[in-house]
Amino acid sequence: MSRQFKNPILNWVEYRLPIISFIDDSVGSGYPTPKNLNYWWNFGSLAGIVLVIMLVSGIVLAMHYTANVDYAFNSIERIMRDVNYGWLIRYIHMNGGSMFFIVVYIHLFRGMYYGSYKAPRELLWMIGVIILLAMMATAFMGYVLPWGQMSFWGATVITNLFSAIPIVGDSIVTLLWGGFSVDNPTLNRFFALHYLLPFVIVGLVIIHLWALHEHKSNNPLGVDIKGEQDLIPFHPYYTIKDLYGISAFLMFFMFFVFFAPNFFGEPDNYIPADPMVTPPHIVPEWYFLPYYAILRAFTGDFIVYQVISLGGLLMSAKLAGVLAMFASILLLLFLPWLDGSKVRSSKFRPYYAMAFWVFFIDSLVLGYIGGKPAEGAFIVIGQIATAYYFAHLLVIIPILSRLERPKPIPESISAAVTAAHASKAAE
Amino acid sequence: MSDSASAEDNTGVDEKSRRDFLYVSTAAVGAVGAGIAVWPFIHQMNPAADTLALSTTEVNLEPIEEGQSITVVWRGKPVFVRYRTAEEIALAAKEDSAGDLIDPEKDAARVQKAQWLIMVGICTHLGCIPLGQKASEPKGEYGGWFCPCHGSHYDTSGRIRKGPAPKNLVIPTYSFLSDTSVKIG
Repeated sequence: MSRQFKNPILNWVEYRLPIISFIDDSVGSGYPTPKNLNYWWNFGSLAGIVLVIMLVSGIVLAMHYTANVDYAFNSIERIMRDVNYGWLIRYIHMNGGSMFFIVVYIHLFRGMYYGSYKAPRELLWMIGVIILLAMMATAFMGYVLPWGQMSFWGATVITNLFSAIPIVGDSIVTLLWGGFSVDNPTLNRFFALHYLLPFVIVGLVIIHLWALHEHKSNNPLGVDIKGEQDLIPFHPYYTIKDLYGISAFLMFFMFFVFFAPNFFGEPDNYIPADPMVTPPHIVPEWYFLPYYAILRAFTGDFIVYQVISLGGLLMSAKLAGVLAMFASILLLLFLPWLDGSKVRSSKFRPYYAMAFWVFFIDSLVLGYIGGKPAEGAFIVIGQIATAYYFAHLLVIIPILSRLERPKPIPESISAAVTAAHASKAAE
Repeated sequence: MSDSASAEDNTGVDEKSRRDFLYVSTAAVGAVGAGIAVWPFIHQMNPAADTLALSTTEVNLEPIEEGQSITVVWRGKPVFVRYRTAEEIALAAKEDSAGDLIDPEKDAARVQKAQWLIMVGICTHLGCIPLGQKASEPKGEYGGWFCPCHGSHYDTSGRIRKGPAPKNLVIPTYSFLSDTSVKIG
């Protein structure tokens, strides 16, 4: 493990704590990487960068924020108006949340398209799903902290989801609130947990990377690494490519911070929380909209509800909606087994590729419906899109993956590259 | 040598069951102890004594006129107090046997005095506050309350008639201190 360097100080450290070779083997020249990764593979490192930006800006904001129902809203306004560069740091943190979800959702769909969840990377994928859940909990609690109208009513609606649990539901809600409604105890504990959870995410990310490094990155061809000829060192090849991606991403991020800081937000959250007045149209942040659409799709007359509840006998529509919302994410944990095909990349699975894109569009439709009021055609479209979401995961993928005959896959990464070069030279 | 081995074997059987008992009882004591140690860390999240102390609210009914509603705060939640008109009471009683009651309940069971309808003003779906307290607000298709969040309609007895909410608006415990004063909680 321990290595020799020209610099005697490095040698002194390395002999006692082999941290230099550890870093080099993790993100340096000692970490071999498939040589054919495309730009979709940038989003993992981008997610890591956003996590760091969120931690730094968040810790700084906590130095000025007051977690008390009487002062929270005003302390945010003070950050915006009086604290030096407070407006900048808050807008970075606010938009950073949206950026985090954009990057992670692309990262997730990348994994789905190229079959990165398949053996031997099942645990890597599952840890990723758990990171997504932790991110959602963190984002939800963070949104409550400014104590605006959407903060308060978002917290009320989401914590009330737990009241759908039979028998113990109401006790759980009281336990979450620390009172009989969302109030000061709720705000305090949400602040404590919002500060804690990002560090839990850091821990999960380390485990995620540990699992990644065991079998290395998947690649656009989805074939296994056969030998040295398929690999290039992470540094300098991918460090420079990731840096290029980060530069482009930061331009996108900073456009919103400087020119459209409230683009992703709700104007109602600039009204102080009022427990006696519900805003006419409660919407969660955009990254929760697909799940919100699934939650609301479950009404008494929804055919899927009628089937799974045996005509309403088994559970209420409210409980069914809550279960479906959680299931929509938890089902992803089982994706490695729902998909029975041995071939990873969609490049060699034309029908799976089509199903993937329909599923992607279906997710966008759910997101659109989640932001619309629950009335008229929006209800019907939301119910169809919800039914399709579950049909894709539970019916289409298990059957299609076992019937589809994939196209011939290349022998190795380098064989595919040489073949491409040869055919180009022939032209 | 063989003698001592057999002697050990004999005691070994006893020792084994005795040790098993010690293992199981130690583990059981440890598990109970851990459970007792964890409980304070869970229970601290439940309402504190000062939160519980705010659990009753007194309302003076004198200024409320017939057909008028007021909203009072009880445990941080809105409570609707409505002085119902004779027509509303008649309508609520007439619809006791309506077929579209999602959570069937007689109007008489929901009030102590027919003219005073007192209930927690929180939609039983996901906790929004239904509209219908002010004359200018929509009252829904059944002339009671309408929740704008997900479209639940409540009738003049606060019963759920249409929409995703599973239950009627909750009736808090309350008692009349006099004809013009009520204590909620």
